[in-house]
Amino acid sequence: MKRFWLSLFCLINAVLSAYSQAQLNIIITEGVDNATPIAVVPFKFEGEGFFPGEITDVVIADLRRSGKFNPVSMAQMPQFPNTDSEVDYDTWVDKGINTIVVGSVTEIGPKRYRIDYELIDTLRGSQMALEGQSLRDGQLVQSRTHVIAARSLTVSGSEFRQFAHRIADVIYEKLTGQKGAFLTRIAYVVVKDRNTDPRPYQLVVSDYDGENAFRLLSSDEPLMSPSWSPDGEKLAYVSFENGRPQIFIQDIYTTQRVKLTDFPGINGAPRFSPDGKQLAMVLSKDGNPEIYVMDIATRKLTRVTRHRAIDTEPAWSPDGQSLIFSSERGGKAQIYRVNLSNKRVKRLTFEGEMNLGGTISPDGRELVLVNRTQGNYHIARQNLQDGALQVLTTTYLDESPSLAPNGSMIIYSALHEGQQVLSLVSLDGRFKARLPAVEGQIKAPSWSPFLM
Amino acid sequence: MKLSNTLRSVLIAVPVMTLMACTSGPSEEELAAERNRIAAEQAAAQKAAEEANAQRVQAEAAARLQRAEEVVKQEREALQAEQTVYFDFDRSTIRAEFYATLDKHAAFLVKHSDQSVVIQGHTDSRGTPEYNIALGERRAQAVETYLLNAGVSASQISVVSFGEEKPAVSGASEYAFAQNRRAVVVY
Repeated sequence: MKRFWLSLFCLINAVLSAYSQAQLNIIITEGVDNATPIAVVPFKFEGEGFFPGEITDVVIADLRRSGKFNPVSMAQMPQFPNTDSEVDYDTWVDKGINTIVVGSVTEIGPKRYRIDYELIDTLRGSQMALEGQSLRDGQLVQSRTHVIAARSLTVSGSEFRQFAHRIADVIYEKLTGQKGAFLTRIAYVVVKDRNTDPRPYQLVVSDYDGENAFRLLSSDEPLMSPSWSPDGEKLAYVSFENGRPQIFIQDIYTTQRVKLTDFPGINGAPRFSPDGKQLAMVLSKDGNPEIYVMDIATRKLTRVTRHRAIDTEPAWSPDGQSLIFSSERGGKAQIYRVNLSNKRVKRLTFEGEMNLGGTISPDGRELVLVNRTQGNYHIARQNLQDGALQVLTTTYLDESPSLAPNGSMIIYSALHEGQQVLSLVSLDGRFKARLPAVEGQIKAPSWSPFLM
Repeated sequence: MKLSNTLRSVLIAVPVMTLMACTSGPSEEELAAERNRIAAEQAAAQKAAEEANAQRVQAEAAARLQRAEEVVKQEREALQAEQTVYFDFDRSTIRAEFYATLDKHAAFLVKHSDQSVVIQGHTDSRGTPEYNIALGERRAQAVETYLLNAGVSASQISVVSFGEEKPAVSGASEYAFAQNRRAVVVY
């Protein structure tokens, strides 16, 4: 019988899951003046038929959105080389463009393509050319140290965007030393108009830039708090579809799901542990909200907090040894850390009227949170060593911050012209962008881990 | 035509003999059967009357029950017209102006122990969704506690918090915020 319901559910889900039309076009609201100029020269296409995708457009958009690069327009490019051998380094250096990306796409079979690309340091290339002249009669050693990266990969037609993100990841990592997070996804909740849509609450998964959006679930009752498993294949979330909150885990590829909890009262704020074996959550079955950790395989529950005040919003430290959470045990809500082995609790935040929704950066050094000061809710970060708090945003009613897996960006929900939209802010607060909602309120964003 | 004497006497004798036989009176068996028949008829009539009476009583009882149910329904509907309690920002204490409303719900629930309610807790959109779930539950529990103190049985009350997920009024005006900070008693 259980299997029947599962298969029935999967069938219904398969029917309901439809590709969403909504695309989230990112609008940069605050750029960074000293972003590094970079030229991504349009790749040459060798083959019959049409060039199947806009690889360079995706790479350019990724690099611009990182806030760290300023991709130059085609009009500013002195030439359009496709390999290192075609590059006239000096003409680029003269324009102040010290980093360029060149490449080509070759059709090697039906819907099979080879992408070759090189990331070139034109300044070093220019210097090497001079050195090469001085060594004209000496030993001819072909040095290619000015080529920062050279890759060749084979792709099928439908994967172009994905591989463009992968190219941007390589460029970003080579130039910043930090792993790129362009080949990632986000999960979020869309709330459409209750009067016109019988299933207004929708759980959506898309690429980090809003492309390839698909609906995982639609419901006539609220959906909340999606959270990724560390392998990037499952989401834990809260659904009110049965009239009360229950925690589910759903595979985003098979769409199969299991109901994990159905306790009296709150079943909320699920967060996978870094090893993916446990789920931190909030349950109020014993009277008021407390933090628990559930072993997913055995369903064994361990109570972490014990206090008559509200305890909620658990988030794991990257080492999985402790949880941070929001608590009203000191009056207004502040963020605390609890050591999971000895259950010792330490208060972390002191600035502002309230601090909520904390999450720890992947390097374990920063705490990202929602700060309330003089009634305004903004995303802020607090250095965990010196405790210094920096407010990062100027948007309205900010909530639900989620960090990119490389810790470079924060995605969060804010109110813009009466509509809840997703926004981006870099961890240093200098770069800001908005992902406008096409239809409905968009909330509860959750950034995926690195994907393969 | 002249009948013969013999035929004439036969024609007279047969009916007379028949009459004589009748006037000799019914047998005991015949009398018993007759009594049984009458008794059965009376019993049937009595039974029919009783059944009709029972049906009437039943119908009257049903009508009475229906009237009672209608009264309960009307009372409940009257209560549903004032089912919402509003809260101050970030607070979960019940304002005195809502005591009268909740007293009416309590009186109804005490009188009708077969009736039950779900108390829904809601918040405005300020603060994080997960924190607001906790705040919404505290508001719903404040109403629950009030009803329990007024004598309502715990088995008649359940509580669910929707936090900021189901606003009564959309938007971010002070009016919308005030309308959304609420607990709703749902029958």
